[in-house]
Amino acid sequence: MRVVVVTFPGSNCDQDCHRAVELSGGEPSYLWHREHGLSDADAVILPGGFAYGDYLRAGAIARFSPAMEDVVAFARQGGPVLAICNGFQIACEADLLPGALMRNRTIRFHSFDQRLRVETTDTMWTSSYEPGQILSMPVAHAEGNYEADPDTLDRLEADGRVLFRYVDAKGDASDEGNPNGSARNIAGIMNEEGNVMGLMPHPDRAMDAVVGSVDGCGVFQSLARHLSSAGVG
Amino acid sequence: MSAAATEVSPRASDPTITPELVADHGLSTEEYERILEALGREPTLTELGVFSAMWSEHCGYKNSKRLLSLLPTEAPWVIEGPGENAGVIDVGDGWAVAFKIESHNHPSAVEPYQGAATGVGGILRDIFTMGARPIATLDSLRFGDLDDGRVRYLFGGVVKGIGDYGNCVGIPNLGGEVYFDRGYEGNPIVNAMAIGLMRRDELITGAAKGVGNTLMTVGARTGRDGIHGATFASEELSEENEAKRPRVQVGDPFTEKLLLEASLELIGSGAITGIQDMGAAGLTSSASEMAGRAGNGVEIDVALVPVREARMTPYEILLSESQERMLVIAETGREDEVGRILQKWELEAAVIGQVTDDGMFRVLENGTVVADIPSLPLTQGCPTYERPGLESKEVKELRERDLSHISSGQGDLTGQLLELMGSPNLASKRWLFQQYDTTVRAASVIRPGGDAGVVRIPGTRRGIAATTDCNGRYCFLHPRRGAAIAVAEAARNLVCVGAVPTAVTNNLNFGNPLKPAIYHQLREAVLGIAEACLLFETPVTGGNVSLYNETDGAAIYPTPVIGMLGMVEDVERVCRHAFARTGDAIVLLGTNKGEMGASEYAYVLHDLVAGDPPGIDLLAERELQRAVLAMMQEDLLGSAHDCAEGGLACTLVEAALGDGAHSFGIEVALTDQMAPVPLLFGESQGRVVVSCLPERLARVAELAGSHDVPCAQIGQVSEPGGSLRIRAGTSGVDVPVRDLADAFFGVIPARMDSPAEATPAPDTW
Repeated sequence: MRVVVVTFPGSNCDQDCHRAVELSGGEPSYLWHREHGLSDADAVILPGGFAYGDYLRAGAIARFSPAMEDVVAFARQGGPVLAICNGFQIACEADLLPGALMRNRTIRFHSFDQRLRVETTDTMWTSSYEPGQILSMPVAHAEGNYEADPDTLDRLEADGRVLFRYVDAKGDASDEGNPNGSARNIAGIMNEEGNVMGLMPHPDRAMDAVVGSVDGCGVFQSLARHLSSAGVG
Repeated sequence: MSAAATEVSPRASDPTITPELVADHGLSTEEYERILEALGREPTLTELGVFSAMWSEHCGYKNSKRLLSLLPTEAPWVIEGPGENAGVIDVGDGWAVAFKIESHNHPSAVEPYQGAATGVGGILRDIFTMGARPIATLDSLRFGDLDDGRVRYLFGGVVKGIGDYGNCVGIPNLGGEVYFDRGYEGNPIVNAMAIGLMRRDELITGAAKGVGNTLMTVGARTGRDGIHGATFASEELSEENEAKRPRVQVGDPFTEKLLLEASLELIGSGAITGIQDMGAAGLTSSASEMAGRAGNGVEIDVALVPVREARMTPYEILLSESQERMLVIAETGREDEVGRILQKWELEAAVIGQVTDDGMFRVLENGTVVADIPSLPLTQGCPTYERPGLESKEVKELRERDLSHISSGQGDLTGQLLELMGSPNLASKRWLFQQYDTTVRAASVIRPGGDAGVVRIPGTRRGIAATTDCNGRYCFLHPRRGAAIAVAEAARNLVCVGAVPTAVTNNLNFGNPLKPAIYHQLREAVLGIAEACLLFETPVTGGNVSLYNETDGAAIYPTPVIGMLGMVEDVERVCRHAFARTGDAIVLLGTNKGEMGASEYAYVLHDLVAGDPPGIDLLAERELQRAVLAMMQEDLLGSAHDCAEGGLACTLVEAALGDGAHSFGIEVALTDQMAPVPLLFGESQGRVVVSCLPERLARVAELAGSHDVPCAQIGQVSEPGGSLRIRAGTSGVDVPVRDLADAFFGVIPARMDSPAEATPAPDTW
């Protein structure tokens, strides 16, 4: 599994994603935002951080970078794209995913371990999990409040494209369990074709019990399983 | 000192140097005499500005240098001690760690958001200019009473400033401490500490080596912000300082992140031989200090420095404290390579001069010499002073105040415990930490909220633990003992997570040293640190001195913050402060002495900062720490928690509550022959509360005994979410942990998030 991690100026989880791929038995490499070159990639990660400083709006500038042209083309051809945190924001700005990520409802940056529930498991991103499995992953964002128009939300739900939801201690998608005000407690979604996933929490920071959780491993394992079944090493 | 050979004439617009102008530059008559002597002539305005900055307290340490020489700075594991951008220690396996703490008190008092943000930016640059990648930050903060609206504004702004900057650069916050006390009203303390990791052979220093090599500025352009920030930081604050707001710099964390990556790539390329942040006193201090360290001279032309604004004078360019700039020494012929690396990161690099062999700090403007100063007197010749020190009578009276009425009091002990846990000093600081990214880099083993933070060294089982500590009230009432306690507590905190204390960086925050009472505090505190650091074998590898922390004549509590690092051999075996299992035995190591002086109890329930602070027996403390480490080596403990502010009762509450998600009830019975208030709330040092499986109790006691550490089971952990019951003689406390949790976790959010009291929004960039 050759996975390319795109580094934008201001990306700060690129190394974490690189290591997560390594820990999952893949071969990671970096692609600098001004360069092209996804021809050898089996999958792409848009990592977290503050691409271009996020001064205008998170992800608004990053979508115009040369590397993103390649990422969009790669995604349109069905290539798997994992968009985490700032990467999720960039993917929405680049129309790879529907909706947008707004300011957290508290208007503050949030950083803590968050409970998630796996909503669908027959996807390339979640096949290693059990349906309804409760996970814990760190969140760290100021703009993680997922919003889309009601039709889009209904379609996401109907298609089974809501992959992860924020939940409370009981495992319910309650308001109490919603850290940032996201519509319908949505934490992660995929596009219609199922090859692009956006996820606000950080699976890349949940790969090691010593730092708190191994619940992120499933995302990378699912991807590896998908690629190997598709005949990709 | 010989006179400069070069002709230096004043610029056309320069004013005449008058005694008033000299005084405005914060220089005394004697200091001006020295300048005349060093130059062999009158300085120009530009030169006066240069001396003013370099001989300010902030850069020249003129009132603290002699005292600082008393600190122990050496150990076999110290690679770089004081004097470099940051201290560096060897941590084994070819790894080295750079770390340092620095203050941004004055700017934060005037503009909390930018003041704190640029404080984080500055300390990160000090780390990566050593060649190390920053892997963690901590913050030691002090504010006035949180009931005050202005204090809430300062607190909110500082927290947001630290968060926005560190989050964007992507450095996890590992903890630190926050205290609220009227003693800091008007003069908040904002000390930021950073830790960086590098391979030993990647170390680079801030020295202008190699005559003929090229000086280059890299990073942001130079503007008119922060001119004379170093001098500003060396004055007392008053109403007039509001007008000095432009002296506060403005930070840009995005540029910082680019500069970080560019700098590490530059260092890795081998194209540069030295690098330094243009921090306090900007280009002046970086260029002259780099020259001074290498024993060389430098010649720069300010017309070559990329500027943000037109018509900047040499004076302004030399003294600007615009953020996110570096000075690098490029190998001759490799300037283009430096330019290309900077260009990759969308930053600028410009050649501004070269290293010379004449030992002069020479500044040109379009080829005309505007300053020509021997580097050595400029960087090393700052006069240092030993001042008269005399303890203030008021402090002595306060210390000798009889507190027996507090000790003998009783009343509703449960109510008192709830009130204490709801005091912002003891309450959970989760409100802050949740605004800081604590998990980026995916290596945070123990996050903020415990006794110390721990990060893993990537690819190994080893970790680095870090803490900051200082109780300003103890230091106010007994500076020497208070400072020694700060060191002992820092070491104890590290030991409680399973780390071996290794080295110290310190930040001395004091008032105006020209006042004998303040100088007394400074000297005593340094002596206290020296004594404790010697004993714990934790050398001081650097730090920062912040004096003149006074508003309208009132000084802060003397606050010598200790930032300490410890080494963890196996991150899978770290210990945490929270009780782990129902049925575990709760064990007290150390002795309850019932000391109420300077306690949080006296402050919260009697509105009193008085009495003799707790005693400290450093040898007993060292044995206690060795005993705890020995217990951890054998994996005996379920938890370990330092007993500090609020005494044994509050320590037990913190261990019972944990992170709030997994709280336990406890059943404890204290049998000491002592009145309940001092037994529950006294702040005796040298105590640690540990828990273990009952069958391990005997071994725990054996190890304690072999170190002569008093050890007693005082109770056991009961069911999750139960009640906290502590019997103290015939009385005691009995309260559901839920009520304690409400007080402990609720108070700071309640004060800070109340809509009617919203913090004024900081300016955005």
